[in-house]
Amino acid sequence: MAEKKLNLTLKIWRQAGPNFVGNFAEYKLAVSPDSSILEMLDDLNNDLENKNLEPVAFESDCREGICGTCGLVINGQPHGPIPKIATCQLHMRHFNDGDTIWIEPFRAKAFPIIKDLMVDRSAFDRIQETGGFISVNTGSVPDGNAIPISKDIASEAMDSATCIGCGACVAACKNASAMLFVSAKVSQFALLPQGQPERYQRVQAMVKKMDELGFGSCSNTYACEAECPKGISVKNIARMNRDYFMAKVKTENVES
Amino acid sequence: MGWLYSALSSSIGKKFVMAVTGICLILFLIIHLINNLTMYGGPELFNTVVKNLDIIKPIVRVIEAVLVLIFVFHIFNGVKLWYENKKARPIGYTVNGSSKNSDITSRTMIVSGSIVFIFLIIHLKTFWVSFNLGHPLAEEHQYYEIVASAFSNWIYSGLYIVAMVLLGFHLNHGFQSAFQTFGWNNNKYFPLIKKLGLIYTLIMVIGFASIPIYFLFFYGGNV
Amino acid sequence: MIKLDAKIPSGPIQDKWTNHKFNMKLVNPANKRKYDIIVVGTGLAGASAAASLGELGYNVKVFTFHDSARRAHSIAAQGGINAAKNYRNDGDSVYRLFYDTVKGGDFRAREANVYRLAEVSDNIIDQCVAQGVPFAREYGGLLDNRSFGGALVSRTFYAKGQTGQQLLLGAYSAMNRQVANGTVKLYARREMLDLVVVDGVAKGIVCRNLLTGEIEKYSGHAVILATGGYSNVFFLSTNAMNCNTTAIWRAHKRGAAFANPCYTQIHPTCLPVHGEGQSKLPLMSESLRNDGRIWVSKNKNDMRAPNDIPEEERDYYLERKYPTYGNLSPRDISSRAAKEAFDDRRGVQGKEAVYLDFRDAIKRLGENVIRERYGNLFEMYGTITGENPYKTPMLIYPAPHYTMGGLWVDYNLMSTIPGLFIAGEANFSDHGANRLGASALMQGLADGYFVLPYTIGNYLAGDKPTLVKTDHEEFNKIKKGIEDQTSKLLSIKGKRTVDDIHKELGRYMWNKVGMARNEKGLKEVIGEIKELRNEFWKNVNVVGNSNDVNQCLERAGRLADYLELGELLAVDSLHRNESCGGHFRVEYQTEEGEALRNDDEFTYVAAWEFKEVGKWELNKEPLEFENVHLATRSYK
Repeated sequence: MAEKKLNLTLKIWRQAGPNFVGNFAEYKLAVSPDSSILEMLDDLNNDLENKNLEPVAFESDCREGICGTCGLVINGQPHGPIPKIATCQLHMRHFNDGDTIWIEPFRAKAFPIIKDLMVDRSAFDRIQETGGFISVNTGSVPDGNAIPISKDIASEAMDSATCIGCGACVAACKNASAMLFVSAKVSQFALLPQGQPERYQRVQAMVKKMDELGFGSCSNTYACEAECPKGISVKNIARMNRDYFMAKVKTENVES
Repeated sequence: MGWLYSALSSSIGKKFVMAVTGICLILFLIIHLINNLTMYGGPELFNTVVKNLDIIKPIVRVIEAVLVLIFVFHIFNGVKLWYENKKARPIGYTVNGSSKNSDITSRTMIVSGSIVFIFLIIHLKTFWVSFNLGHPLAEEHQYYEIVASAFSNWIYSGLYIVAMVLLGFHLNHGFQSAFQTFGWNNNKYFPLIKKLGLIYTLIMVIGFASIPIYFLFFYGGNV
Repeated sequence: MIKLDAKIPSGPIQDKWTNHKFNMKLVNPANKRKYDIIVVGTGLAGASAAASLGELGYNVKVFTFHDSARRAHSIAAQGGINAAKNYRNDGDSVYRLFYDTVKGGDFRAREANVYRLAEVSDNIIDQCVAQGVPFAREYGGLLDNRSFGGALVSRTFYAKGQTGQQLLLGAYSAMNRQVANGTVKLYARREMLDLVVVDGVAKGIVCRNLLTGEIEKYSGHAVILATGGYSNVFFLSTNAMNCNTTAIWRAHKRGAAFANPCYTQIHPTCLPVHGEGQSKLPLMSESLRNDGRIWVSKNKNDMRAPNDIPEEERDYYLERKYPTYGNLSPRDISSRAAKEAFDDRRGVQGKEAVYLDFRDAIKRLGENVIRERYGNLFEMYGTITGENPYKTPMLIYPAPHYTMGGLWVDYNLMSTIPGLFIAGEANFSDHGANRLGASALMQGLADGYFVLPYTIGNYLAGDKPTLVKTDHEEFNKIKKGIEDQTSKLLSIKGKRTVDDIHKELGRYMWNKVGMARNEKGLKEVIGEIKELRNEFWKNVNVVGNSNDVNQCLERAGRLADYLELGELLAVDSLHRNESCGGHFRVEYQTEEGEALRNDDEFTYVAAWEFKEVGKWELNKEPLEFENVHLATRSYK
């Protein structure tokens, strides 16, 4: 645990509200290399509050990389330069004394900025509400072991289900596409036997909602996979594409 | 058929159209290249091949019409996607870190595609128009000489080679991307598809670009 | 004085819940949509309750301060969820789960509630599987189990190290389905700031819209609070940054008794504090103790690097003190032992930390086996600390993790305010003085899926509560009160930041109401907290204004409540002259330093009734153990 502090220049996006023009503010501070980047922002905010200045609005909650609340674009990369971690797990020892760090919010039409580094990701919830579930009522279910599921399928479904809904895939994609997020949920249920009855209805409904909400299309740059804190594979997108075609070809539904 | 239209105009549908038309164009390029490579057989072989195509002209015209349609779909859809995708992020990042998370060829399809498109227009004017619309040498079935003459021009050949390299970028991403869009991404086969795409791309780029190089450096014939 | 009627059904313990379900009144299906039910919190308990009540046809309004219901801190639970399925054929049963939970809780839980919890545990697993929760499976395709502390059977179901996440996403998806159906309406980014009680009955809530700052009023026939625990009173804990006590504390101030606040669980394997800027203490899974050995130097103030300390100068204190359970001793006992080592000035290089060493396990099993078992945890440790735990031992230290105490509820999960129900960690009901691993998820989902849907109906059909309109004077009065408090906070313009004061509170709590408590310290700390509370109201600086996103104001409001709750925690600790589970009073220990319960005087639930700030009246609910005999826990 090093005693030495890093002297850094921060360029942080400040924007008073959704309809305000934002710009970068510059701050200089010294930070312990053992701090996380969010703890550094806590420090900064404490200093600002001491000077009666408004602190930088940013969101975080669990600070252990699972709740998906935090999400900053650090030097152009969602969740910063280290792969497979969320912003809260990025520690300052990965930076050098004298560095300048640019911190921006996630940018996408479907994720409007609320204030400073806070964005509105409720579009994700709207997508989930259209089909991200299996329709079973409480109580009316068979025994947990009634349907055996192969270990491989269960693990693959788990890999898809591990998505934390942070939105880094959208932030990283040059098209601000939500395909990785949506496909992870579609895949989880498409893989499991429990998800089969609603499989085709689900994928159509969720894709339709995704398109309505103003996300871009996927152009297979795979930036989403590279920036995903949980390493969710673009194979999920392929699976969703396949299911979408099959839904269109196989079902008689002409509405969705 | 409203469902089909809405399916194809969804985000996944548009990608599907890109992939299908892209695969068609990939196949077309193979035939085109085989045709071009006959040049290494000398003027006589090449001229005979082109001349023979003349005999089945009605069929060629139909194929050409289909090709144009495919091109139009590919380009129209591509531009539309590009425009819509731009709109999905109205304000961009100040610091762009995309070089750290994605391949440049995948991010620049619109650029490589546009340049290849401009090249295509020039290319059609230089060859297709000359071959079909009353070039004096074409009347005499001296197609080989038209090519040799065009490639003796350093600027034209240079542009051609550059265009082929960009086509290579476009193909390298496009090939595997089409399979991903179709949903054929699998731990076993996808690495193979990626390699296949690279090999295909290299063959295309080297094959097409070798011809101007041949004419510039190794063709001693007098035009 | 409140009358505490636990409403425990009569009859043998096995039949209580079954009989009670039959005896409860039912609401006509056609009438259900006429009832508005407010659910605050969208963790396991809140989301599952909202989903189940929505499915039944009630008109549910659900509130969360997060941007999305999926962010609730249930998501961070790692290990697993218990259920008495006995899929292992290793002798598990509902009765054994019930017994282990009562014993693990150091005989301070209500038997009937615990039995019901064990009884519905099987249904929870079935429910989650049907929702598509990808539990770990065996090669044969059936559900896998692992073992957990405090039990001799394998009954823990898990989904990698992310069980809480998967269960929460299951409940969240079930709730989303009801949102789509229109039976549940989700209000995100709303923080409940007060409970509205009219004529002694809960009728609604008042909350702040965290985006616009507007104070909004919502009415309902019943209110459910599922807002989690209060570990953040210690500032540093394993809880999420925004976890707070405000909802239950305000309900407490409106008349809901607060039970057993002193039962706080300190988890032994968390990362130590790195410095003043530390914002939280990440948890390292308890499973690490299966292969890791915990030790400190035998010498005081030993500043040597761990690998320079020879074997004979290392003190594997858990193995030494508890040879049978060794490094797998229960949470409360392991935590206290770490504190003893630190107090003896034998913490790692003088710091609040002990070693968790895998050297011997790596020597015995090879690095690959260890990587296979704990790879992701080692990676997480490396990411946070920048050190390689394969080469040097991990540094760990206990941290506040879970609070067994909470609002008092009867068997129906109703608080002392009629119409106000409390679910999950927010209530006190099932874990007694100490919670076993993998039981929190079980309790949250049991309350939401399988208890509240019945007991809420019983309340509605039996009490026939009426709806009070939000323009009722009580709503307006409470709204005005909130607005006044907001103006007050913003107008103090003092010299200290909210976090600065919260950190000071945390230090007091950790030092004197933490792992080891004593009369003198508790008496002191009550004064210190009172003083700090005065300081807060005179000298805090809350920047910004009230009609906008203002995180500073949010934190200030939460801290104001912690400054009151902290005192009650100390008061309860001071009154409970015994040591049990998560509550350890140094005056009450055996010669070997083990917790010494006083069953004759303290076999009761301490339910505190709010009188005014800093003043409470104690009510007692005696605990009767008809099935499990009171005994001393031993892990030697």
